[in-house]
Amino acid sequence: MHPAFSVIFFTVASGAGFGLFSLLFIADVFKLGGGFSREQLIIGGLMAMGLVVFGLLSSTFHLANPKNAWRAFTRFRTSWLSREGVFAMVFMPLALIYLASIWFDAPLWLRETFGFLTAVLAWITVFSTGMIYACLKTIRQWNTPLVPANYLALGYASGSLLLLLGAVVAELDTTPYIAMSALIISIAAVLKAIYYFWIRSPGLTPTINTATGLTRAKVKLLDTGHTHGTFLTQEFGFQVARQRASLLKIVVFVLGFALPGVMMVWVFDQQGQQMAAIVAVMAGLAGAAVERWLFFAEARHVVNLYHGAQRC
Amino acid sequence: MRLGLVIDLDVCVGCHACAIACKEWNASGTIGPLSDYQPYGAEPSGVWFNRIRHYEMDEYPNNKTVNFPMSCMHCEDADCVTVCPTGASYKRPEDGIVLIDQDKCMGCNYCSWACPYGARELDRSSGTMKKCTLCVDRIYDQDLPVEERQPSCVLTCPAHARMFGDFDDPDSAVSRTVRERSGFGLMPELNYNPTNRYLPPRSKPVIPVEPKSKGGLKESIKQFANKLVRR
Ligand code: SF4
Ligand code: SF4
Ligand code: SF4
Repeated sequence: MHPAFSVIFFTVASGAGFGLFSLLFIADVFKLGGGFSREQLIIGGLMAMGLVVFGLLSSTFHLANPKNAWRAFTRFRTSWLSREGVFAMVFMPLALIYLASIWFDAPLWLRETFGFLTAVLAWITVFSTGMIYACLKTIRQWNTPLVPANYLALGYASGSLLLLLGAVVAELDTTPYIAMSALIISIAAVLKAIYYFWIRSPGLTPTINTATGLTRAKVKLLDTGHTHGTFLTQEFGFQVARQRASLLKIVVFVLGFALPGVMMVWVFDQQGQQMAAIVAVMAGLAGAAVERWLFFAEARHVVNLYHGAQRC
Repeated sequence: MRLGLVIDLDVCVGCHACAIACKEWNASGTIGPLSDYQPYGAEPSGVWFNRIRHYEMDEYPNNKTVNFPMSCMHCEDADCVTVCPTGASYKRPEDGIVLIDQDKCMGCNYCSWACPYGARELDRSSGTMKKCTLCVDRIYDQDLPVEERQPSCVLTCPAHARMFGDFDDPDSAVSRTVRERSGFGLMPELNYNPTNRYLPPRSKPVIPVEPKSKGGLKESIKQFANKLVRR
């Protein structure tokens, strides 16, 4: 699949935003490391919402006809893309109510109820983002429950790093934040490793034989019938060399998981805490972006069978 | 009704006439134009509803060329419709034709990802998704003579490799042909239940080739002379 940069930015930024908001709620409930102040919670919450809005806006850049984008909320009952949009829209007012109840010192039950609802909605929205890809039967590398799991784990991992940076800036006790982040990042790394392992073996997939129905003998492409590329070759023809992909997988693990881990040790050791936390966030987000690029680049759509691939 | 096409892979000569006729009719049809990019340039490309690819089956000396036209299969379980977030893609309950409402489409490409058969193509100039309409603006046109109320590609095909009809009617020509010739749908394992059917290439009787006889003295002199004479 052709990796569209607007979609990569969108999924990384909104994933981090939703992750940050839900973890902020947890930090608020349990007053982790002494607890953020009122202003700090509001700033953190607004920043998370900013990331979400930025992501949603960037996703409209890949639309060829954005003036109809508002219609995307209408097929909630069947389309995961529509669901994602609707959930993100429901998330916004709930998040605002939660932040307002912090600001105006609303009763605790109100504040926590809305915080909880917002966190659940954030979870559902990121899950829907993953399901947009996972529900496609046409792409073997996507049609697995590991995809929404990866989207959630990486979104929360990025969010937890942002939250750790917040805790460092706010001069809280960083230990609980480091513990949370380390746990989530480990889970994300393990899930990603399983995913990479899983998509390596083709399993039961369509072949050029079932695609053409000529199952009694070998089939090979003689001619695609078009002179230059078509929409199909531009959108689905993209292929990443195996070696390059392996290299990028190492980059994902080093940048996305290992480096933030090392930086967390530095934060824990109280060495240049702020710098270390900033590097952790940057590395985590960069790792997630590479991971997302690879997620698209490695996906092989079955239409490639008609263009000569023996299997996808 | 369940309208669709039957394509005879045994007969198709791969002339691309159906693709041209499709483009001609639909460029000015309900969801036209079908934009071309650099039609006379170095990298000609554009929107087509019907594409013909060419394959080789088996290996020499048992190989056979199979020409393979593909357009929308008007699937029974069309994921392209369910994934569409705007409701632009829809399947008509009355005849099973899958269409795209050009006024609603936002050009997100999602439906093209969901289509296994490469039937959907984005028109970069209108920013909307387009695909085969089964010539919905021909087949019901009361102004056309009855025999012309068929898709453009079907009418054009010089080899009569294409048929159009109702698959819900077990006695229709398409249903009968599919039954008799063991017509099949493509990639059944994905469960889209495509309506269009393909008829497999026939196994032809092998024509025996007799080894050339040696011939007598006369024959060898003739061959020798033939070699000498420059033609
Ligand atoms: S062939 Fe593709 S576009 Fe046509 S109905 Fe089936 S899935 Fe949809
Ligand atoms: S490109 Fe248009 S028809 Fe296809 S899913 Fe998006 S809005 Fe629907
Ligand atoms: S039925 Fe009409 S739109 Fe579809 S391929 Fe044939 S000519 Fe084109």
